[in-house]
Amino acid sequence: MTAVRHTWFMVGRQLRNLMREPIWIALLLVQPMVWLLLYGQLFKRVTHLPGGGFGTTSYITFLAPAIVIMNAFFGATWSGMAMISDLDRDVLPRFLATPVSRISLVVSQIVRSALIAVIQGAIILLVSIALGVRVHTAVLGWIVVLLAAALMNSAFAGLSQGIALLVRKEATMIAIANFIGLPLFFLSSTLISIRQIPHWMQIAAKFNPVNWGVIAAREVVLPGTDWNSVGLHLALLFVLSVATAAFATWTFRAYQRTI
Amino acid sequence: MDAIVVDEVRKRYGAIQALDGVAFSVRAGEVFGLLGPNGAGKSTTVKVLSTLTKPDGGRAEVSGHDVVREPNSVRRAIGYVPQSSGVDRDATGRENLMLQGRVQGMGGRRLEGRVEELLELLGLADAADRVVRGYSGGMKRRLDVGLGLVHRPQVLFLDEPTTGLDPEARASMWGELARLAEGEALTILLTTHYMEEADQLADRLAIVSRGRVVVEGTPDELKLSLHGEAVEVELSDGRAADAEAVVASLEGVHEASVDGRKLRSRVASGARAIPAILSALESQGIVVEAVTTHRPSLDDVYLHYTGREFSAEDEAGIR
Repeated sequence: MTAVRHTWFMVGRQLRNLMREPIWIALLLVQPMVWLLLYGQLFKRVTHLPGGGFGTTSYITFLAPAIVIMNAFFGATWSGMAMISDLDRDVLPRFLATPVSRISLVVSQIVRSALIAVIQGAIILLVSIALGVRVHTAVLGWIVVLLAAALMNSAFAGLSQGIALLVRKEATMIAIANFIGLPLFFLSSTLISIRQIPHWMQIAAKFNPVNWGVIAAREVVLPGTDWNSVGLHLALLFVLSVATAAFATWTFRAYQRTI
Repeated sequence: MDAIVVDEVRKRYGAIQALDGVAFSVRAGEVFGLLGPNGAGKSTTVKVLSTLTKPDGGRAEVSGHDVVREPNSVRRAIGYVPQSSGVDRDATGRENLMLQGRVQGMGGRRLEGRVEELLELLGLADAADRVVRGYSGGMKRRLDVGLGLVHRPQVLFLDEPTTGLDPEARASMWGELARLAEGEALTILLTTHYMEEADQLADRLAIVSRGRVVVEGTPDELKLSLHGEAVEVELSDGRAADAEAVVASLEGVHEASVDGRKLRSRVASGARAIPAILSALESQGIVVEAVTTHRPSLDDVYLHYTGREFSAEDEAGIR
């Protein structure tokens, strides 16, 4: 119970600080909009490619759920930066000299990151609706897309926190985030139907957690939802989230031993 | 009753033996200073006592709780003010204090009242709802101290409370700390590498060098333990060793040591010894640049007990 309460205190602290910086709110909203509005228009004709596999002729309908996931994923790769900032400023040692729940210091970073991904996801969906996107499974579909975003984010936020606690340097963290981010993004069906990409990439995408999130979110937006696939991919993301959270907690203990 | 007991505590970081059997005790209600150069082991001692790090050996108790076996009891009893400010710079002063109180298990009216009281006490009431990023160095440091005090701890650890402050802010911080020690019925353990700070604030102090306590007592006791006065002779050439031998053999000189071009000695009376020292040196053809004399300071105490000069070690020290 204490751990839950302390996690909530720490999440509250971070969200409040974030919302005080108007530039952050703008960045949180503008970036996914650029993808949705500009990229979505730029490649709107790809759904007519021979071979198809898009499940819809509206590229923006195909793209919207994947942008929610992509946004959640990229947000997660950067989430360790907040941990490094707390380390640099000795905020963590100050808390460690109090009875604060240790696990809440790590978990709150992941929860904060996932919450932001969900808020952004809801905004992206709202804008998509305004652009004519229909979520085929209605309310349930919204819930699944946002849940997929939360799991997508926490799976990689855990990893990012763990890496942050191991490297403890901003520059290294940025390099690693880029190193992980772009390859996983391109090795997925985020921007284009899986049938349109080279065979080896199709195989790689099967093992790519980013693609798991995209599949789950896209299934509920497009007609002909395969609920087994949705359930399987959400479950895979959940297992990965638990594993990376455990990794982050382990690195936190390692950090404590270096004080 | 002793608020803090440290008994033969050891701690090693890789190749560095940070604490090498440090031992001292602090009585309830007193302000105790750990004085030493950078790298002497002061911060490590505080980290052990505030449960941030586990000692490799020895025993340490705070408010009757063992730091290794009952860390959470210790954490509730202490306030810890780290060396580099641990405040959340993106939050306001009040938000920082409220969160600190909450993780210490406080809440509601009681916490709000306490936060208000501290903001007033630390002169931060006007800045309470401003983001800390805009605070001056002194204000930030006062907030740090406030964070350590929210839950009314029995023991407060201050790690280098005035490092990085300008002289004016330092002086006002000293006043602040002295008042707190009175008003909050606190035991304070502070570390410092400023002789003056230890002299001014500490009821008692321990001089720490290379992970051990070399001497312990009140500032006056320590200074009085060195009889007489210190005489410092600055030599113009390199015959320091000769000069040391000459001066050490004089009557009334307790102790002589050389550090670069400086020859330090302690004598019963400066007025009587200086002419003798000068004529002895002159008779050997050793040229003197300057002579000063002063009552023993903590610098002299340090030199006496460690055989090394404080400032030189401070510069050589690595945290």
